[in-house]
Amino acid sequence: MAYPKNYRYTKEHEWINVAGGLATIGITDYAQHELGDVVFVELPKPGAKIETAKSFGTVESVKAVSEIYAPVAGEVIEANGELQNTPEKINSDPHGTAWLIKVRLTNAAELSGLMDAAAYEAYIAAKGKEASA
Amino acid sequence: MESAATPHKSELRKTPLNALHRRLGAKMVNFGGWDMPVEYPSSGGLIAEHQAVRASVGVFDVSHMGDIRIRSGRRPGGALAAVQHICMNDASKLAVGQGHYSAMLYPEGTFVDDLIVHRLGEDDFLLVINAGTREKDINWVRENTKNFDCVVEDLSDAYTQLAIQGPRAVDLLRKLTDVELNGIKNYWFTHGTVCGLKNTLIARTGYTGEDGFEIYVPSDVASSEKVWNQVMEAGREFAAVPCGLGCRNTLRLESKMALYGHEISDKINVWEAGLDRYCKMEKGDFVGRAALEQARAAGLRRTLVGIEMVDRGIARDEYCCCNQAGDAIGVVTSGSPSPTLRKNIALAYVPPAYSAVGTVLYVEIRGQKCKAQVAPTPFYKRPKKAAAPRES
Repeated sequence: MAYPKNYRYTKEHEWINVAGGLATIGITDYAQHELGDVVFVELPKPGAKIETAKSFGTVESVKAVSEIYAPVAGEVIEANGELQNTPEKINSDPHGTAWLIKVRLTNAAELSGLMDAAAYEAYIAAKGKEASA
Repeated sequence: MESAATPHKSELRKTPLNALHRRLGAKMVNFGGWDMPVEYPSSGGLIAEHQAVRASVGVFDVSHMGDIRIRSGRRPGGALAAVQHICMNDASKLAVGQGHYSAMLYPEGTFVDDLIVHRLGEDDFLLVINAGTREKDINWVRENTKNFDCVVEDLSDAYTQLAIQGPRAVDLLRKLTDVELNGIKNYWFTHGTVCGLKNTLIARTGYTGEDGFEIYVPSDVASSEKVWNQVMEAGREFAAVPCGLGCRNTLRLESKMALYGHEISDKINVWEAGLDRYCKMEKGDFVGRAALEQARAAGLRRTLVGIEMVDRGIARDEYCCCNQAGDAIGVVTSGSPSPTLRKNIALAYVPPAYSAVGTVLYVEIRGQKCKAQVAPTPFYKRPKKAAAPRES
């Protein structure tokens, strides 16, 4: 699955897509693949504050619980309620309809610290090599 | 998010099928020091693998399991006496060709390991033990049988062990062997030719709650891969898939089969684990018996129950259980979504007062008390089948 060029990425495998001061955040295709069948999602409510690199929710597969870390600080405007009933969408469309939250950014300058698609692809390729070594 | 997989270390042990799993694109994890497949994206992942075993057939590499052979020494009877001393079930009841579930206990009545004992001959037993406890177990067996007239042999690395599990396992294996499989009852075994390999041990055992077989083939890579590939090829018409340890866990949990380090351990005794029917107090003395007598007289302080979540949320291993007043009363030993029941289920130790089916409990999930209730177990029981059609 392609990693959208206009998104930014974290080492913990979240993506963020910023348009006009509003950011959409999700987990990457690599992340959903590592997790396996996603069966449960827990997300913050609108109005909640998220802090850079702090956990703001969890995604659970059959096997494991994974914390999701905020790529940037901000205020939650909306959480993707559809995922409550269809968490498996995270496996099929992680970069699109299975976004997790929309956030109003506290400091847009934080984005410059994140990876672009090319850097992220190189990062996960290196991880893959490590795993098969 | 954090990666679910544990980093790979070169010192992890590998089964003879390790390279094959990697070629299949399996996701590998560290399981008790072993580099094992947890799921195969090419099979459709954990849930698809689970469903294949419940509905048709799946194939597991369980070569990480250990095998200890105990034979009599100079005179007959030494092996049986040794097995009777270190295991809680009554091995004298086993006919040659029969196996049973049993466990080795510490003098405290807690678990060294659970295992399957196969009686290969009058004076010849095979103990199939867990991977994570291999070294501990073999040392324990050697130490505790040294006063018996028997020979203990560690055969763990001699076998590649495949588990072929599911209602169509018998149809799959029938294509690869000359053995009359309908003649092998549950927990019995025989030897026969499988994939051209003579004298292969075929046991009607498993860890999934389904019908199925475990076969023991030579552990060289060529034989191991040949057998795996022939099994998968024979299974194609039944949509057989490779299965990893992920669904092995959900399958055994639905069937309430214990996992060492979770439902049983060196801290938990036989009565607490509810394994009474495999513990034969009347057979004579064995390691752990005296402590179990005392424990029985003292009464149970905790007992293993099945629970299902009422609120949203998944109970996981080691989560705390509370009563309605909010007091901590117990702990989850295994918890997972159940692919068969489509509910979130768990096993937990709680005081007997909270063990009745329907009792409301709360599981603490990330600081939130989520409602659950005690459920009947096993959560899943395979449908009783009419007598299998006779082979012509």
